[in-house]
Amino acid sequence: MEIHLPAPANIRYGSGAVHVRVVIVGAGEVGSSIAASLEGDHEVVVIDNDAERVNDLTYSLDVLTIEGDGASLSTLREAGIEAADLLIASTDDDETNIVACATAKTASDAFTVARVKQTNYLDTWQAAGGAFGVDFIVSSNLLAAQTMVRVIGLPAARDVDVFAEGRVMMAEFGVPEGSPVAGRTVADADRFTELTFAALLRDDDIVIPEGETRIEVGDELVVIGSPENTRTFAGDLTPGRDEDGRDVVIVGGSEVAVEVARLLEDRGLHPRLIERDPARARELAERLADTTVMASDATDRAFLDREHVGDADVVIAALGSDEKNLLASLLASRIGVARTVALVETAEYTDLFEAVGVGAAVNPRDATAEEIIRFTRDGDTENVAIVDHDRAEVLEIEIDGDSMLAGRPIRESAADLPARVTIGAITRDGTFVTPRGDTVVEVGDHVVVFAETDVIDAVAGTI
Amino acid sequence: MSRLRVDWRASLGLVGTVVKYLSATLLVPLVVALSHGADAPTFAAAFAITVGIGVALERVDPDPDLGAREGFLMVALTWLTVALVGTMPYLLAGFFGGESTLAHPVNALFESMSGFTTTGATVMGDISLDRHSHALLLWRQLTQWLGGMGIVVLAVAILPELSVGGAQLMDAEAPGPGIEKLTPRIAETARVLWLAYLGFTLVEMGLLYGLHLAGLAPNMDFFNAVSHPLTTMPTGGFSPEARSIEAFSAAVQWVIIPFMIAAGTNFALFWHALNGEPERFVRDTEFRSYTGIIGVLTAVVAALLFVGTGIGSDPAAVPPIVGEFEDAARHAAFQVVSIVTTTGYASMDFNAWSAPAKYLLLFAMFIGGSAGSTGGAIKIVRWVVVLKSLRRELFTTVHPAAVSPVRLGGRVVGERAIRGIYAFTLLYLVFFSVATILIVVDTWRIGYEVTAFEAMSAVAATLGNVGPAFGTAGPMNSYLQFPRTSKLLMTFLMWLGRLEILPVLVLLTPAYWRT
Repeated sequence: MEIHLPAPANIRYGSGAVHVRVVIVGAGEVGSSIAASLEGDHEVVVIDNDAERVNDLTYSLDVLTIEGDGASLSTLREAGIEAADLLIASTDDDETNIVACATAKTASDAFTVARVKQTNYLDTWQAAGGAFGVDFIVSSNLLAAQTMVRVIGLPAARDVDVFAEGRVMMAEFGVPEGSPVAGRTVADADRFTELTFAALLRDDDIVIPEGETRIEVGDELVVIGSPENTRTFAGDLTPGRDEDGRDVVIVGGSEVAVEVARLLEDRGLHPRLIERDPARARELAERLADTTVMASDATDRAFLDREHVGDADVVIAALGSDEKNLLASLLASRIGVARTVALVETAEYTDLFEAVGVGAAVNPRDATAEEIIRFTRDGDTENVAIVDHDRAEVLEIEIDGDSMLAGRPIRESAADLPARVTIGAITRDGTFVTPRGDTVVEVGDHVVVFAETDVIDAVAGTI
Repeated sequence: MSRLRVDWRASLGLVGTVVKYLSATLLVPLVVALSHGADAPTFAAAFAITVGIGVALERVDPDPDLGAREGFLMVALTWLTVALVGTMPYLLAGFFGGESTLAHPVNALFESMSGFTTTGATVMGDISLDRHSHALLLWRQLTQWLGGMGIVVLAVAILPELSVGGAQLMDAEAPGPGIEKLTPRIAETARVLWLAYLGFTLVEMGLLYGLHLAGLAPNMDFFNAVSHPLTTMPTGGFSPEARSIEAFSAAVQWVIIPFMIAAGTNFALFWHALNGEPERFVRDTEFRSYTGIIGVLTAVVAALLFVGTGIGSDPAAVPPIVGEFEDAARHAAFQVVSIVTTTGYASMDFNAWSAPAKYLLLFAMFIGGSAGSTGGAIKIVRWVVVLKSLRRELFTTVHPAAVSPVRLGGRVVGERAIRGIYAFTLLYLVFFSVATILIVVDTWRIGYEVTAFEAMSAVAATLGNVGPAFGTAGPMNSYLQFPRTSKLLMTFLMWLGRLEILPVLVLLTPAYWRT
């Protein structure tokens, strides 16, 4: 479920000209990511009750930090909530976030954004058309689950995002061993009209691919294109695989696992879910009508053999800890599961997981930060995806008259763009337009752009 | 002896209150008796005695305080006492006037219990207005109507002192596993159920008498048009006509079928439909299974009758059915609906059917109506849960670690509830088997031969509150020829079946009476 709200009326976005005052409650991974992405253009105040974290942030980012309880009015006042335009409550505690928003509303007209884990608050908020003094709510469990489900819909994908109402797809693929695409040049592999190879992530570098760039095993490939072409390319990358992972086994009964199962059920699939605790298994079985819940230890080889878990198309590890998820994923690969997707709570582990053979690692905090940043991004940005834990972003921008792209062929304007920026796709009046050198961008077009994080602000400001 | 932990005085006191108020219903036949000039002393005396018994019992505990245990006792005793008190008109009619099989206490109790439990099995030797007064035959119909929606439910609806423990009382009495509270106040729920019940009864009366006025039902005079709805809606089956519904035209038979179906439906569904949720009918698993079973059985029986294999005796001896589509369909639908809902009417003597058709009806006696309906037997919802949990057993045999809750229309059925359903179904079958053996032995003892099939059908028909069985206890005959001991056993079975075994059986456990 993607949530799209109109930009808040009291925030005047205009090509980065106006600075808004943002108060962020919670300086954890989510709060810090958001602060980092907003600091350049806005006045950011971060509140956290952990002195050390506050201290760290003061030196690493150009933001004002306050140590205190973000749910108390006095701390919010100290942060200047009366003059703030935006409050983002992103602590790890759902109730604190909601109370912080409600408290802020008593003293200010700021637009409030709350991060929650549990989907029940999201359900209430949606059913009531807004509640708790929260203007926008983001559920990290749901977002992580959505990301996982998108990823397993595409073979070899590590991240998938959709833009322009589903007409454009961005996918991040790992090039697996033995892939027919490995060793070929980009020009060779690109037999598609509606697909752009936006970037190659190789070790710590970002390579903007040219026709002669050779694709190697272990590379990460970012492509932007029509959903059909992206899917076909995924098939090229890993031939012989069932395109749609239909036989899904979820290991672990966390709330994210429940959301994944629910989303798969909505697609008409019948996933299997393995949970160790019998009482929790029973509870899940009652909540998930179309999921076969099994009460067992997922590391029990006899059990895995008996249930033929090795024959599954995808195993999703969503246990309580990163270590267990890693173990479960590796065990699944060992017994022959084609793809594994693991939930990773610690964002730094994402690359590590993928390096040791986990098909894709999904971090709920990344997904949450992405959703909130998408919402606060300055300018005409409609949508954003974070690539490879904040090394790069993919943006969807609506072109207005001031844009440097407007009315010019791409070949001309490309020279004025910063390096390591790729225009991946254009949609015009709801149809897909493949960007070529001679394509003239028109006002009203939606352009999907790949850009490295350090040039994002410049790109967003000029396009 | 350890001290009793059940305040039986409180239970008995409340039974007295119920009996006292219930005596008012005897005024209806009294008015009829006065206007027809027959049996007036019978009902005047019956009224006086019943009020006396009610008041006397009430004296046992003038301020009853009902706990959970007393509730069970009160419900079980209410039904027993009401059946006993209900014998009064039969006994007095025999005392004051003409000769009647019902003058014997065992027969009177059998008839009274069969009435209140909406069974419809009769030991009335000669059912006709020539032998019995209008008032007496109307009383017989009325006992079924009172028993249909439940005497305790009626008491909860009317008596304010039952409002607190009412839900538990209704639970012990109402058919099916657990009651559905429709409104926050239980008395309001009870009133809603009784009003719906009354509404259906009045509509059916209007339709039947309308048919008569329109000339489509010559025999359905005013007395019959009032009498039959009183036993259709409680799925009772008594009729003041010896030939049951065979005595009436095809139009009458077609009209009665949907009312029997409605009587076997969960009344809560009607309440939801009236509250703007008619789609509940489509969503309800039990209702879908119920209509499905009726549809399939009707189609099979109709086909058997149509081609003639369903007719056991000389085809010339039965009404035209073979090769007649409308007749075959009508008689099949009527009998199937009547047996599945446990009404017990007959549009023809199904004793004349062949073994395959008869066996279908015998097994249909175990199906029963829906939970929350007025029907008896095991009930559709229990069968659905049993089948679903059996399917789960097969699944977990292959996947031992699988945790799969049994769902009923999206709702999870608790494991405790499933256990209760298994226990009930098993007990039902145990009582059926044991009682069948007892009946066979008892009838053999006096040299009155019944076949095993007939004994089985008689037990299934009384335990399931169906009414007519096969052979001598067939729809056009009576249970009169069974030995008295068998009749007492069947009376017990009817009581047990109406209260769904457990509330009665729990009274027989020592743990109930002590700490």
